[in-house]
Amino acid sequence: MIDSNVIRVIILREVKKFVREKSRLISSIARPVIWLFLVGGGLSRLVPDQGGVSYIQFIYPGIIGMTVLFSSIFSAISIIWDKEFGYMKEILVAPVSRSSIVLGKALSGTIVSMIQVFMILLLSPFLGISLDLFQVAEVLLIAFMLSFCLCNIGILIAVFYDSFESFSVIMNFIVMPMFFLSGAMYPVNKLPAVLSWLARVNPLTYGIDGLKNVIFPLSGGSVSDFPVGTDLVIIVLTSAIFITLSTLLFRTRLK
Amino acid sequence: MSAISVNGLTKKFNGNVAVKEVNFEVKPGTIFGFLGPNGAGKTTTINILCTLMGADAGSASVNGYDCSKEPDDVRRSIGIVFQDPTLDKDLTAYENLLYHAYLYRVPKPVRRRTVEDAIRFIGLYERKDDLIKTYSGGMKRRLEVARALVHQPKVLFLDEPTLGLDPQSRAGLWTYIRRLPETMDMTIFMTTHYMEEAEVCDDICIIDHGSIIAKGAPSELKSMLGGDVVYLIADDNKKALGMIRDLLDIEAEIKGDEIVFPTKKSDTCIPEIIRTLGDSVRSIRLQRPTLNDVFLKITGREIRSEHADSGDQLRENIRAYRRRSDRQ
Repeated sequence: MIDSNVIRVIILREVKKFVREKSRLISSIARPVIWLFLVGGGLSRLVPDQGGVSYIQFIYPGIIGMTVLFSSIFSAISIIWDKEFGYMKEILVAPVSRSSIVLGKALSGTIVSMIQVFMILLLSPFLGISLDLFQVAEVLLIAFMLSFCLCNIGILIAVFYDSFESFSVIMNFIVMPMFFLSGAMYPVNKLPAVLSWLARVNPLTYGIDGLKNVIFPLSGGSVSDFPVGTDLVIIVLTSAIFITLSTLLFRTRLK
Repeated sequence: MSAISVNGLTKKFNGNVAVKEVNFEVKPGTIFGFLGPNGAGKTTTINILCTLMGADAGSASVNGYDCSKEPDDVRRSIGIVFQDPTLDKDLTAYENLLYHAYLYRVPKPVRRRTVEDAIRFIGLYERKDDLIKTYSGGMKRRLEVARALVHQPKVLFLDEPTLGLDPQSRAGLWTYIRRLPETMDMTIFMTTHYMEEAEVCDDICIIDHGSIIAKGAPSELKSMLGGDVVYLIADDNKKALGMIRDLLDIEAEIKGDEIVFPTKKSDTCIPEIIRTLGDSVRSIRLQRPTLNDVFLKITGREIRSEHADSGDQLRENIRAYRRRSDRQ
């Protein structure tokens, strides 16, 4: 059963806090700008264009994916924060269903991610990427599904940790490897076999690949690794698996 | 019907018994005190009653609803102020209470008014749009009480409501809590290890090592001690002791440099002593028993050791420190 009241509270709370906290808002915009122009700008001098796409353009979908990844995981693991500082108890003693709490957390993280994706889309003209309205809609849709999926992975992680000291563990052992093994910075099929296989079990890979497919429709598969249909099916399936897992675990671990 | 009914409640953690076959009833419209030292099982019992934890054996019901079988009905009918703060410090007071109103489905037409009334009730209306992180400890506590009242629960749980507050804030908080049973037609279940705070309770239960060791109204429990205690110093304690025993037929004894004896009729007893002993009385004082004495009498130790108290303070300091460092 779904309680719209708890979903509403969680979304209102997270979005309000995100908008209110100026430093988080600014750093969430600064990170992609730094990656695009400092890392991408530097490396595009070394890496030759692929199918008419320069390196700085090539990593643009990857940077959208990175923003979604950081923002989703960070939103989801605020559950640890809520456990540590007590607010989770306020929600848990309320007459609301546990699955709605999980859904609310996942949706609020997704909405916060979408605000950031929208702002990164405003950077596209500076990279020589022109997107029509239909492409923008496709990017937003894929980012939405990807973010929802990653939020549920984040919730699953957060359920297991009780203190915020675990934050650096999560960043170093989950978030960073996920980012570098996602095809954000280099095509997956050019990786050594072992790394390539690791990238193939990473849901972020398919999200970023989907974004590559819709942002560079004319590159004829020289930029992306999989067909867009494969990308979408895998993201939807992974979302379904992780929301089920996170809800089940949330119910048993946070009674 | 009892507001709370607990039968044979038992809870173990990794083989250690936290609560052992606890039984008690709480009458509607009363203030019920659940007393005991730190680690006695008070918070465990509250967590079971609030449906945050399952019991290993026994049953508990609140407002007629079974805590393990009908958790949502229990949750709807109770309000809780936890021992540790549960406000969101990055939201305003008004937002904290408004979100609470959403969670408990306070109907839209009265939502705003109910929230404002609750903030006004605890005297923080002027600061309702300030972020919680600017509030003092006492104000936060009061606001937590106000939040627990927003959905007009029938039973209010207060877990160590005054822990870590300065005496002035404690007194302030109590003036609000005491008004609740009458003004809101509410039952209050509170835990505390400050025995003097339990004097306001209609009934109390004293718990130690997970078992209930005494039950009753504060005055009943105190009368177990045999009334007030008289402490007397005379010029010659031994001679005076003999006179008290022989002439007044009182079972007195010497403890340290004082003669000590209990009496049920303290008001007439003192003039009598002075008449009997005359000028040899150097000092005389009377002590009314406290709930602390009750605990001392039953268990042979003080309910609150300095050690436990400084531990609380330390924990609070660590939390405050971590809160600060997390913000950076």
